[in-house]
Amino acid sequence: MTAQAFFFYFAAALAVVSALGMVLNFRNTVAAAMSLVVTMIGLAIVYVVLEAHLVAALQIMVYAGAIVVVFLFVVMLLNLRSDTFHPARQRLLKAAGALLALGLTAAFLSLMPTALPTVQELPEGFGGYRAVGLALFTRFLLAFEVSSLLLLAAMVGAVVLAKRRID
Amino acid sequence: MVPLEHVIGLSGLLFVIGTIGALTRRNLIVILMSIELMLNAANLAFVGFARAWGQHDGHIFVLMVIVVAACEVAVGLGIVVALFRNRESVNVEDVSLLKW
Amino acid sequence: MEELLPAILKTLFIIAIAVGAFAPIITWVERKQSAVMQDRIGANRADIAGITLLGLLHPLADVLKLLTKEDVVPRGANRFLHMAAPLIAAIPVIASFAVIPYGGLYEFGETTIHLVVADLDWGILYIFAIASIATYGTVISGWASNNNWSLLGSLRASAQMISYEVTMGLSIVGLFMAFQTLRLTDMAVAQDASFRLLGFLEHFGWIQTLPGWLSWIQLPNWGLFLQPLGFVMFLTCVMAENKRPPFDLPEAESELVAGYFTEYSGMRFGLFYMSEFIEVVVIAALTTALFLGGWAIPFLPQETLIGAVSPVFGTGVATGLCMVLHVLTFFLKVIVMIWLQMQIRWTLPRPRYDQVMDLCWKIMLPLSLANIVVTALVILLITGGTS
Repeated sequence: MTAQAFFFYFAAALAVVSALGMVLNFRNTVAAAMSLVVTMIGLAIVYVVLEAHLVAALQIMVYAGAIVVVFLFVVMLLNLRSDTFHPARQRLLKAAGALLALGLTAAFLSLMPTALPTVQELPEGFGGYRAVGLALFTRFLLAFEVSSLLLLAAMVGAVVLAKRRID
Repeated sequence: MVPLEHVIGLSGLLFVIGTIGALTRRNLIVILMSIELMLNAANLAFVGFARAWGQHDGHIFVLMVIVVAACEVAVGLGIVVALFRNRESVNVEDVSLLKW
Repeated sequence: MEELLPAILKTLFIIAIAVGAFAPIITWVERKQSAVMQDRIGANRADIAGITLLGLLHPLADVLKLLTKEDVVPRGANRFLHMAAPLIAAIPVIASFAVIPYGGLYEFGETTIHLVVADLDWGILYIFAIASIATYGTVISGWASNNNWSLLGSLRASAQMISYEVTMGLSIVGLFMAFQTLRLTDMAVAQDASFRLLGFLEHFGWIQTLPGWLSWIQLPNWGLFLQPLGFVMFLTCVMAENKRPPFDLPEAESELVAGYFTEYSGMRFGLFYMSEFIEVVVIAALTTALFLGGWAIPFLPQETLIGAVSPVFGTGVATGLCMVLHVLTFFLKVIVMIWLQMQIRWTLPRPRYDQVMDLCWKIMLPLSLANIVVTALVILLITGGTS
């Protein structure tokens, strides 16, 4: 097993286990958020194995460094210590969730492709900030500009929502 | 080199986990986090295919998805905070006025 | 395996210097500096058989004290996260040394020595990514302690660290544009040169040739001189990230007891304490690599130095001498930066929390954006849009 393959399977296991930890953690929202961070880090390692260096760095900077911190911030601000739900409903939900998981996994496995082609030789500097930046600011310039509009709209929306009273 | 099927398999697995979380959990914050997980699974598929074809389009898609995720979290958590102010709860079952 | 051994040696070297030597001595420097600035005698009590060594034994006494203290986990705290938080805070700080070059590239015949642990193409992005992980240590520690002071401290910390991360990234974009790279080793190489201060007059054709003495006025090609505003903003942001005074709102002892690590004791407190001091070294090393020319000796590029010495002692000795001098230069600059941080820490008072946030969002963010635009314009003027 090459080092690449080792890191891929290690990070994949880490991501799956911590993702399960997030979904199955019914008691502690902060711990669930921390599991999500571990998933993000695992995915970042997978991205490095897949030669997507810029995406890996942004994954950690934006997802782990900002988005999940905002989740934690809100959980701590609202001081949610634990979920308080009716146990009976919870049992029902768990059963439904298990069924759903089985069904989705089966559907997914039946759709699973085999023997996909892969390019062995990558262009120089693939996935680096130069190549991705060049693509982003030439071919995908419109998407880039539009995304700034989206960010602006989200920012205004968040500010309006967070205000106690709109005056 | 890792086979592409395994990358897509991992992506699908994470997507399934995220779907289960988003559908069965009743804590709004955990639902939002599950949606983040689903977006991440999609990102992984994009990166895997970008590696397979040796082209950058997938990476650009991932950047756009990250932007959308950031927006979604900002607005979503704003709604959660506003909801908590009015209802003292983040349980989706307490917000059922539009349910029939 | 041939690649692994040098990497391990280099890792051990930088960890030993930064964590083993610099960090303990900095705790002593901090005490002495505060004593000098507040007109006290300062740390001088710890002694072995009457020998105090100017108080240099205090770090040793600290470690002994912290190691032998009881490790308390408060009632109602989340045990696992409470135990893990100091590690989450400390590990990323140490890991950021991996991409900081403390020397250049040296060729001894067949073998080349590259004095950096990992020469990543996206080195500075790695540092940002790692730094954003370090936020979790503070945030989690406050939440897991089950103490309202801690929780307030970590709420403050999370908001402060996220806000300053944005400005930290934007403040050095101008530097990336000037050096056209994100690789820290390439930046250091680019700074191992000098430029003529009035060379632009010649470049634009305003003067045919500069008169003799004017063309002798030179500056090293350092980030500090290319991006002075960027330097000030970057230093402010990383100091705010480090949460030491004047940006110690998350642990403001007059308001929040000790903020996010109120409930920590023994070596877990020691880890928070140490990681703060190691981060001082990281900040010093990073600003040195980015803005103070890294290992470069001003006005003495590597080729000139080797070229001057090798006729006398041979190329091997010349290269070795160059390497030693470069590493020494690097650590000398690091010491200067550490001293600057100590000076700032003991000079400025703590602002109010809203003032800290105003500084970030209302002053530094617009300034850093303006800095990017101005830098782009200047580069466009100089290169004429071709590069």
